[in-house]
Amino acid sequence: MNIYVLMKKTFDTEEKIQIDGGVIEEEGAEFIINPYDEYAIEEAIKIRDDHGGEVTVVTVGDEESEQQLRTALAMGADKAVLVNTEDDLEDGDQYSTVRILEAYFEDKDVDIILAGNVAIDEASGQVGPRLADKLDIPYVTTITNLEIGGEDVKIVRDVEGDEETVETSLPLLVTCQQGLNEPRYPSLPGIMKAKKKPLEELELDDLDLDEDDVEAKTETVEVFLPPEKEAGRVLEGETEDQVKELVSLLKTEAKVL
Amino acid sequence: MNFELTKEQEMIRKMVRDFATEKIAPRAIDIDVNAKFPEDLFKEMGELGLLGIPFPEEVGGSGGDTVSYALAAEEIARVCGSTGLSYAAAVSLGSSPIYYFGTDEQKEKFLKPLASGEALGSFGLTEPNAGSDAGGTKTTAKIDGEDYVINGEKCFITNASYAKQIIVTAVTGKDDRGKNIISAIIVPTDTPGITITDNYDKMGVRGSNTAEIVLEDVRVPKENLLGDPEKGFKQFLYTLDGGRISIAALGVGIAQASLDKALEYAKERKQFGQSISNFQAIQFKLADMAMEVELARNMVLKAAWLKDQGKNFTKEAAYAKLFASETATRNANEAIQIHGGYGYMREYEVERYLRDAKLLEIGEGTSEIQRLVIARQFGC
Repeated sequence: MNIYVLMKKTFDTEEKIQIDGGVIEEEGAEFIINPYDEYAIEEAIKIRDDHGGEVTVVTVGDEESEQQLRTALAMGADKAVLVNTEDDLEDGDQYSTVRILEAYFEDKDVDIILAGNVAIDEASGQVGPRLADKLDIPYVTTITNLEIGGEDVKIVRDVEGDEETVETSLPLLVTCQQGLNEPRYPSLPGIMKAKKKPLEELELDDLDLDEDDVEAKTETVEVFLPPEKEAGRVLEGETEDQVKELVSLLKTEAKVL
Repeated sequence: MNFELTKEQEMIRKMVRDFATEKIAPRAIDIDVNAKFPEDLFKEMGELGLLGIPFPEEVGGSGGDTVSYALAAEEIARVCGSTGLSYAAAVSLGSSPIYYFGTDEQKEKFLKPLASGEALGSFGLTEPNAGSDAGGTKTTAKIDGEDYVINGEKCFITNASYAKQIIVTAVTGKDDRGKNIISAIIVPTDTPGITITDNYDKMGVRGSNTAEIVLEDVRVPKENLLGDPEKGFKQFLYTLDGGRISIAALGVGIAQASLDKALEYAKERKQFGQSISNFQAIQFKLADMAMEVELARNMVLKAAWLKDQGKNFTKEAAYAKLFASETATRNANEAIQIHGGYGYMREYEVERYLRDAKLLEIGEGTSEIQRLVIARQFGC
């Protein structure tokens, strides 16, 4: 089977994020594989181990993305592809990424593509479904279970706290939700082997794309951190007075009434 | 000059940090309170290849280097000193001597299961009357036909209760000047005549197994002799040099953990209407702690790098061990002080750091011995 994973490098939201001049400060930020993409990588490796074939992890990113691709290879993926847009693309958006991936997959024989449900940085959840649409293959989002038997695929997906079972067929794109699996740690031998696994680096030119073809369709107006949580307030006095005060605060201070 | 880690070293550090944070850290208090060796964690660490980092694939290892191994030891000790100590002892003392000095057959038979993480090994050097003065070893190994017959007693031996084999040092004869020749012999723990007991009630690293070993007419084949029979003493000096790098790395881990906890607490804790991290008295402590962690880590990595380059690292390993272990104790002590009364409570973990750190100033050569080792390098 030809198994592909769409991976994104994101900053680690567990670490402190700093914004300078409307841009997230990359110096000092920790970068990781988008956690939802880790489920996709794990599932891809399991599919390969059960059904044979090859796992290729694809990312659109920069020079630094190699680290995350190597980690995916260390987990057990077979090949990695980096579409390096560092020199060609100032500010891409989901459109840019999908356009690039569409060009990449144009001549590929695909059985299944796995992506994360969302990336934890911008959380748009668009790239997977939009790519499937462009490639004209079915897609199922937020999957929590996947069974492949021949061409037939049985999927359980998370629908806001409930489950939905979907039957479909290959070729297919899925986006992976928490609960699908427990991503493995890259083992030491895996890390050492990853060094020798193929990592192909492409630029827009190699995909017959111009900068204009992939220009973003959206514009980022402002980037800001959520306001810092302030300490709560405890109202005092008779219950009746407290209720009155609460209602008045909701009107005047919180302005939600 | 380049201070950057390689991609592999970065990946190893990240993997071990994730594993330590997710799998070991939640159990660290429990491991300490119950003084229970976390055998299952070692099984998982073995499967991930952590027990074979500095050994090549041919002998079952992971093909990493000493720098990676030091990074791994630091990350494990950052969350649990007990697990860290048993880890460092398993690799540096249980496995390394066989890798350095073993024959191909010994590597196949005794090192492979350790390096691939299927079993643990142990190193029996210390005796009730031979600590820093290893020359005072009383255990004897006498040749009888095709066997060595070993008699003696060992104490404070890390991991022995869970070890597949123990490398035992013993007097095998006298040299021309009438001095004892000390050799190292690999003794499988299922050999008749070995009694291993672990009744020590320790101050710290309580979850790391420490045992007493009594050897009574223990017979092992002559081919279990490790390395050169005449150079046993030199061999374990080299082994201990390597071990010091890992003990130093544990010190960096505990020192870093102390800093992390102290900084987090200082920012949260409010007194006189503000975070105590606003006070210079606390800031000075935190600044010193951070500086010393960085200095200690640099020294550890330099010693590890020298070893990887095949250069002499005896002095640097002793610097690293001495400075990092004392830094760990100082930082843990300051972390408790910054926490005030809460720091004295087990729940806040910093008191455990102090108890764990203290061992690092004692095990594998006390701080005083490190200073002797350093001075000896100047020809003193």
